[in-house]
Amino acid sequence: MKPFRILGAGVMGLAIATELATRGHPVELVDPEPTPGPHGCSWWAGGMLAPYCERESAEEPVERLGLGAIDWWDRHTGTVRRNGTLVLALARDQGELARFARRSRGHRPLDAAGIAALEPDLAGRFSAGLFFEDEAHLSPRAALSALRDGLRTRGVAFHRAPPSPAPALQIDARGLAARDALTDLRGVRGEMLVLRCPDVTLSRPVRLLHPRIPLYIVPRGDGIFMLGATMIESDRRGIVTARSVLELLSAAYALHPAFGEAEVLETGADARPAFPDNLPRLRRRGATLYANGLYRHGFLLAPAVAAMAADHLETGITPAFMDEVSA
Amino acid sequence: MPVFYGVEVSSALMLGTAQYPSPAIMAQAFRASGAGIATVSLRREQGGGQAFWDLIAGLGVRVLPNTAGCHTVKEAVTTAHMARELFGTPWIKLEVIGHTDTLQPDVVALIEAARILTAEGFEVFPYCTEDLTICGRLLDAGCQVLMPWGAPIGSGRGLNNPFGLRSLRAQFPDVPLVVDAGIGLPSHAAQAMELGFDAVLLNTAVARAGDPAAMARAMARAIEAGREAYLADPMEPRDMAAPSTPLIGKAFLT
Repeated sequence: MKPFRILGAGVMGLAIATELATRGHPVELVDPEPTPGPHGCSWWAGGMLAPYCERESAEEPVERLGLGAIDWWDRHTGTVRRNGTLVLALARDQGELARFARRSRGHRPLDAAGIAALEPDLAGRFSAGLFFEDEAHLSPRAALSALRDGLRTRGVAFHRAPPSPAPALQIDARGLAARDALTDLRGVRGEMLVLRCPDVTLSRPVRLLHPRIPLYIVPRGDGIFMLGATMIESDRRGIVTARSVLELLSAAYALHPAFGEAEVLETGADARPAFPDNLPRLRRRGATLYANGLYRHGFLLAPAVAAMAADHLETGITPAFMDEVSA
Repeated sequence: MPVFYGVEVSSALMLGTAQYPSPAIMAQAFRASGAGIATVSLRREQGGGQAFWDLIAGLGVRVLPNTAGCHTVKEAVTTAHMARELFGTPWIKLEVIGHTDTLQPDVVALIEAARILTAEGFEVFPYCTEDLTICGRLLDAGCQVLMPWGAPIGSGRGLNNPFGLRSLRAQFPDVPLVVDAGIGLPSHAAQAMELGFDAVLLNTAVARAGDPAAMARAMARAIEAGREAYLADPMEPRDMAAPSTPLIGKAFLT
């Protein structure tokens, strides 16, 4: 039996490979950069598995399909931390908190004491918040490496260039690079920072709502934090802008002034692949299955899209995100 | 329908293109409202926004590029040049921000930028305050439209100074006037139109609503209602109750 060939070893490609391999199908991966790294936008992700929070601005399938992601990543990588999400707003932005609560579910309100109990380092800084108890987070780089290691352990080959002969079927999971075939794909720029701040300890992602500059901060352990992320309608990759750094850092400083003394370990920017409704798509064109458009929900939705891709390949069904089947 | 620089547009609603949950939802809002003009920013995209701008072009409405995010004359002029090349239009919504927190316009820099751009053939839509003197200077600089704020951008507070806006209408009866910024609810938009404004420009109130398409439609209806009311010559408020049915001949003393 010829293996399924998967183009692209980012979060989408690795998730599909893992799903297919787990179901007993032979797979191979092709990527000029077969090791997870800064060339792929999933490298720069926040790694929040936050289906309820994302629902605030995303459509219904993101919440429904994202709910299964926590168990999937735990099962396949063991890197998930199930500590929930804390959502906060500064005193003058309490309206944002009320709005966020109205537009999402799976949360309970917290007062100052409740916030202090969850995150002692934030004690006395905020009087109201929302706690999304059932959410989780992971370290994207560790999770990508774990998927890759898991596949290698199963004997899956990673090629830098497509080997011959051609496969019976290939899955194109090249992200934004697949714009050559998927013309309605666009890039949405995101910028992030990695800080070291041993003075602050957080146990879970914290989202700081703001009318103009929303911030999330994800603890990676050992005093390391990831700050993200801008959303700019631009496919520019590469270097972060001063304004974005300024905004992200000032929001972090507002969360806790100790972040003012943090070391900036890393800055990064990349463009996420997205379709016009910011939901993923599967497209079957002859012997190629395209899986793309995870937008800002790479880790949240990759498991569900991978399962849909595998279902399609096994049974021929047309799953929810498949909007094209052509010969 | 309002006429800007000799062009009649199909609706008095001008809708921004930022902050929607997705471009698909943005397109729904445009369809639901029939908005005639789409404003679009390009400063932060660093030239990488072509795919998004193509989606805006696909809305089938007139595009009004803006200089949002510019704080100096030089930035605004450069951004206007870029916009003219990208969108092939002489129209530019000129924003020069003077205060980071409230996003108040720097009206002094605005006048200078308007003078430079008008001389270069741009048709300038200045985002300004309702100050009569400043507005007069903008007209002197060559602007043929004025776009005073209702309240600070994105604040949704409605018309902070209805008296000032009414004065502006009275002072410049023949200049197209647009309330730009601060609209939060359809009633705010209706109020602006009842004051005799020619159009309303809004973004956040629609884009950040739970159902942007429904809110966009509500805004469009309010704007139509306000315009129709203005043209219908509304009554003046009175201090004394006046029954709408004559009481003579009725047993009104019982």
